[in-house]
Amino acid sequence: MMWPAARALMARDLRLLWRRRGDALQPALFALLVVVLFALALGGEAQALAKVASAVLWLAVLLAGLLSLDTLFRGDAEDGSLEQWMLAPVPLSWLVLVRTFMHWATTALPLLVATPFLAELLHLPHGQLPVLLAGLALGTPLLSLLGAVVAALTVGMRRSGILVALLALPLYVPVLVFGAGSVSAAAQGLDPVGALLLLGAGLAVALVLAPLAAAAAIRIALS
Amino acid sequence: MNPVVRWFHQLGSPPYFDRFAQRWTPWAYGLAVLVMAYGLYGALFMVPADYQQGDSFRILYIHVPSAWMSMAIFALMAIYAAIALVWRIKLCEILAMACAPIGAAFTLVTLVTGSIWGKPMWGTWWDWDPRLTTELILLFLYLGVIGLYNAIDDRRAAARAAGLLAIVGVALLPVIHYSVTWWNSLHQGQTISLFGKSHMDPSMLPPLFAMIVATKLWFIGSLLARARADNLRREAGKDWVRKLAGAMQ
Repeated sequence: MMWPAARALMARDLRLLWRRRGDALQPALFALLVVVLFALALGGEAQALAKVASAVLWLAVLLAGLLSLDTLFRGDAEDGSLEQWMLAPVPLSWLVLVRTFMHWATTALPLLVATPFLAELLHLPHGQLPVLLAGLALGTPLLSLLGAVVAALTVGMRRSGILVALLALPLYVPVLVFGAGSVSAAAQGLDPVGALLLLGAGLAVALVLAPLAAAAAIRIALS
Repeated sequence: MNPVVRWFHQLGSPPYFDRFAQRWTPWAYGLAVLVMAYGLYGALFMVPADYQQGDSFRILYIHVPSAWMSMAIFALMAIYAAIALVWRIKLCEILAMACAPIGAAFTLVTLVTGSIWGKPMWGTWWDWDPRLTTELILLFLYLGVIGLYNAIDDRRAAARAAGLLAIVGVALLPVIHYSVTWWNSLHQGQTISLFGKSHMDPSMLPPLFAMIVATKLWFIGSLLARARADNLRREAGKDWVRKLAGAMQ
């Protein structure tokens, strides 16, 4: 019961994405623009850029994810699919989890692939790249899960605007701290594994709790 | 039925709560002002100046109780929200949402007084100390709850959604505080402790206790007044509210 539902939802999301291929590149494009703007604002000097590269990359990924949050449930809320989700025989939180995973795979995963390229633009020292990628691989699903709760809370509104940022960014603080912290720890010659393990632990907890919270929020919004 | 349990059930009824709040709000405010007057007088005139910080430390008598309240109110808001979500008690939704602006105000007072104290003591208005950072994020969480409550049209759905956010916030607040502490210890070698609480002289303590009690009383008064206003607004169409307002039947 659970797997066919998940497969059907994934196939539908992928098909929708394929029909609007241009949109899929937008988060990566946005991150690229943020990186370019930071580089221009900082004067383009290689040494100055290398010092802040990991922080800028984390922020670019985080902001790109924030921008795409609103689309997480909005389309389904507008065409009535969310009501069908609530009526479906599979748990709502399961569908939320599948949707969040698909959202991560289609918005954050391309960013992850583009990160080495963006890191090169910012002259990130090569030794830090594996730590950055590991942190992003653990951190972006965590951001998506926390974001799913916020997106579900605001799904009942016609326009959520700046509110999504106000709600999501305080919750993103620990992810950013441990994610960017692991890279700067590596840069100072410290062991970055501790921060990465904490990110992994956070991901494990969020995988269980965030879909439940998001499902409760969807029920409130549509009740 | 046990009288306490019966009283508790009665309190959930909007007209009964209205009378209850009307009766006790002035008492809470009045007592708060009296205790606060004693506390402030004691803090400004009775307590000796600190041997290191001079007179600057006296702002602590506002700062510490506010900081305490900013945390406690957030926890209380989450408890009210949890009760409202589980048992669907309408009054608890109202009380949870009435907590948010008061808590935000206490958080702002904490940040401002801390900043004013920090200028002469640390030589800077702001430092990325873990406690300051956590307090700032707490303010954002409060603003998020208030913003979400105001953004949704249906009052009951709005209160439940904002309440859920408060519960998520309470679950994440320790993580945020811990992460900020870790971040700070990574970036800076020294840690600045805000004040040596355990080293306080006994003669400095009574006004502090008075201020702690006074802020609690003030919070109770403010909570009752705000919840009463929200309660009346939600029940505006009902007969008992019309009677209360003196409308023609």
